[in-house]
Amino acid sequence: MNAKLKETILNPILKGNPITVLVLGICSSLAVTVELKGALVMALSVIVVTGMSSLICSLLRKTIPNRVRIIIQLVVVAMMVILVDQVLKSFEATFPLDKQLSVYIGLIITNCIVMGRIEAFALGNKPIPSLLDGLANGVGYGLILIIVAFFRELFGSGTLFGIPVLSALGYTNNGLMILPPMALILIGCIIWVQRSIQKDLQEN
Amino acid sequence: MEYINLFVKSIFVDNMIFAYFLGMCSYLAVSKNVKTANGLGIAVIAMLLITLPLNYLLNKFVLQPGALSWLGDKFAGVDLSFLSFILFIAVIAAFTQVVEMVVEKFLPALYSSLGIYLPLIAVNCAILGGSLFMQQREFGNIGEAAVYAFGSGIGWWLAIVALAAIREKLSYSNVPAGLKGIGITFITVGLMGIAFMAFMGISL
Repeated sequence: MNAKLKETILNPILKGNPITVLVLGICSSLAVTVELKGALVMALSVIVVTGMSSLICSLLRKTIPNRVRIIIQLVVVAMMVILVDQVLKSFEATFPLDKQLSVYIGLIITNCIVMGRIEAFALGNKPIPSLLDGLANGVGYGLILIIVAFFRELFGSGTLFGIPVLSALGYTNNGLMILPPMALILIGCIIWVQRSIQKDLQEN
Repeated sequence: MEYINLFVKSIFVDNMIFAYFLGMCSYLAVSKNVKTANGLGIAVIAMLLITLPLNYLLNKFVLQPGALSWLGDKFAGVDLSFLSFILFIAVIAAFTQVVEMVVEKFLPALYSSLGIYLPLIAVNCAILGGSLFMQQREFGNIGEAAVYAFGSGIGWWLAIVALAAIREKLSYSNVPAGLKGIGITFITVGLMGIAFMAFMGISL
């Protein structure tokens, strides 16, 4: 694997993380972090959608007229999201999901990460690097989602993936962690930790 | 009375930003000063008011299971609900374009003050999210959908103007280096969200 490809994969996960550094795609992400299961499903969906729509848009990049590219990108992304949504619906019987999650799956269409990566990378690069870039950005996004969900579920309900961990030790649940504002504060803290380590990211 | 209740609830209790994190990307990016925040907030109110009732009609007469029965008995069993994501986003993208052209032609002053933010509304999660929540809540008539749209829009506007005012003041305070900029903004929004929780459970 050459150095450029490695950079393409590693950059979005740490240094150019879509959530903590570029601040993209917050919209659909925070509400699904109450428990790890929802966060994991959301992370996997976003990885699939970013990867596949970057690949498709990169394959089409020479045929898309510049003026109508936003509409075409929206159609490609919406198609991928519909596919993911239908797959999730077909497993509903064996793998039931929160009803609200399907709203947030739909909101992947307007997730800035997907459109942002197509605009910034896929339209100017070959299909394979574009696919990897899309997948890596999805992973960078999913990583933050899972970290936030881990803390919220562990301290909010005392469980992990629904299995009692802290509550078995006699822990009293902290209801504040379940409330929506805590997701924002947790992300603020993750940004703080990351920027204290990587000092070049700090703003003036 | 029901309408007033729905209106107040959608502003304060089900606030788009603090309860559902919708439209977070532009919320964080465009809240650096009160003037542009105000412009974007008004644009979001207008777009919600136009697209949400339209998508309500689309959902009721085209997309819902059995919605096509007005075409004749043959169509009564048709379920097009899997198409809702793509149709909703198409309506939103098309109307963003129409509103942009109308504003440019008749209100040039407002057009130049909104600038780039007008076209970006097409990918604002608050607009698509409004439509998806409308579909999920199964409103009884178009009046309820319009009131919900107006209330959510006002809530979004209120949130962005409040955050912009706080950020204008924050730029004079002494914030730890790692938290400067986006980090402290996340925590501010979280604290504002906790303040908004005080409205939880009100009904008129």
